[in-house]
Amino acid sequence: MKTRNGTLWLFIIPGLILYSFFFIIPAVSSLLLSLTNWDGMTYQFDWVGLKHYGDLARDPVFGKALGNNVKFSLTVIIFQFGLSLFFAILVMKNTKLNVVYRTIFFFPTVVSSVSIGFIWMFVYDPNIGSLNLLLNSLGLESLARSWLGEPSLAIYSIAFVQFWGHTGQVMIIFIAGLQSIPKDLYEVANIEGASRWNAFRYVTWPLLAPSATIVLAYTTIQSFKSFDLIIAMTDGGPNYASEILSTFMYHQAFTYFSFGYATAAAVVLMLIIMVVTYFQFRLLKADRVVY
Amino acid sequence: MIRLDLKTFAGKTFKQALLIAYVLAVILPFTVMFFATFKSMSGLFQDPLGLPDSFKLTNYIELFRKQDMFIYFKNSTVVTFFSVGSILFLSSLVAFGISRMKGRTGAMLFAFFTLGMMIPSQTSIIPLFILMSKLGLSNSQLGLVLVETAFIIPIGVFILTGFMRTIPQEMIEAAQMDGANEWHVYRRIALPISLPSVATLAIFALMIVWNNLLLPLLLLKQSSIKTLPLKLLEFKGEYLTNYPLLFSAVVVISVPMVVLYVFLQRYFIEGVTAGSIKG
Repeated sequence: MKTRNGTLWLFIIPGLILYSFFFIIPAVSSLLLSLTNWDGMTYQFDWVGLKHYGDLARDPVFGKALGNNVKFSLTVIIFQFGLSLFFAILVMKNTKLNVVYRTIFFFPTVVSSVSIGFIWMFVYDPNIGSLNLLLNSLGLESLARSWLGEPSLAIYSIAFVQFWGHTGQVMIIFIAGLQSIPKDLYEVANIEGASRWNAFRYVTWPLLAPSATIVLAYTTIQSFKSFDLIIAMTDGGPNYASEILSTFMYHQAFTYFSFGYATAAAVVLMLIIMVVTYFQFRLLKADRVVY
Repeated sequence: MIRLDLKTFAGKTFKQALLIAYVLAVILPFTVMFFATFKSMSGLFQDPLGLPDSFKLTNYIELFRKQDMFIYFKNSTVVTFFSVGSILFLSSLVAFGISRMKGRTGAMLFAFFTLGMMIPSQTSIIPLFILMSKLGLSNSQLGLVLVETAFIIPIGVFILTGFMRTIPQEMIEAAQMDGANEWHVYRRIALPISLPSVATLAIFALMIVWNNLLLPLLLLKQSSIKTLPLKLLEFKGEYLTNYPLLFSAVVVISVPMVVLYVFLQRYFIEGVTAGSIKG
């Protein structure tokens, strides 16, 4: 038995080394690096303890990035969750037409986020952008904006693109969940005279909880990891109005070369993601039904 | 009765209207972008939305003649090919090892590998950047391939282990009776049986690596080795962006994925969905 496991280690070791060396060790080093003042260039550094975390707490730009990230993530989560569930219900039956719809809705996922970012940068252009032209042609000139140029608007404009691109993706998870609900439960609900809303509330929703958990957790993580879109569309501007945690840490590291400080921001990002996912799973587990 | 029919008819029409609105919301931005690639800068300003006067390939020609698009296309192809290859090879080996292991070791290794799915990649990029510089692997496509592989192995192991655990033990034992060693079992039984999930992983990895911006941005500084998404960033002007040229580059980057998507939708959808379901 022992020798058998021994041979099996040979299959595992190459992947294990690569994964540990280029992913796990750097991730753990982030924790250590965030406690130093290393600039990444020289061999000299001092331990500074939690100084960077204190600095982050006082840094108005970090505060702004954190606030933006909350606005961005909440917008994305609410709309992506709601719309993907809504459209999943509309196209859940495996008809030919519905498969075509799903294929189209999923399509933006296949295109790189950088490309998507640039396409929307053009749609949002104040002068030649399709959005303002559309509003003008509808006689709604007063609504036309510089969608990425106005500080109060930029982060929401980007959030729209984020859920525009991924609603069709997470919708697939809901469709799988909906299709796995036994049909006889609806027949029972029907016989009992339940309205469509009640059938949804008491049959669909509780049984959909596992899918909902996945969609919620995935959308949350995805929104905190969003990076390419912002780099392409605004690079965090104007005046940090669309800076979120991931772009903040990138700029700190590679524009200002404050490696220790940037890794502290990275650790904060990691902790937020872990805490949020943990609570979402806890929350939705309580609502889970076994059938 | 008639009223009921009317009601369902109205409901169905409303439903289709909503679905078509979503279809348009997806398709229109891409259409406007595609039309722009056949216009000149001034043509675009005069008519940003309409059909181009003619489908001239001026912008595409400039892209390949003056911007060396071939080189970046080749770079992306090389990086993607080797990354996907090593992801498939290494994760299938690991998944096979884990699925065959007795006792708790296998479960612990599985947990260790899938832990990587929980950690956002941004967390490790700074130490990684320093590590790669010290190893002389920054600014090299080999370095990028190694890192892409390390970042996607968790999902690879997650997808493939799940599948390999379902292979009937009797099948493996029968082969061992005939004198097959573990390598033979992997090569002749586990891998061929797992082909559908290997294909799913291949498509998923292909899409992630081809479209990835973060890791190339971190590791590739020299212009001649850059990948397509990285090159794309350069087309954004500081004051004025040449949209027709930029969008031609967007089309060039997107065509391979779009063509594959048309033919292999099922694998795309399965791959992305499998990649998003954790634990």
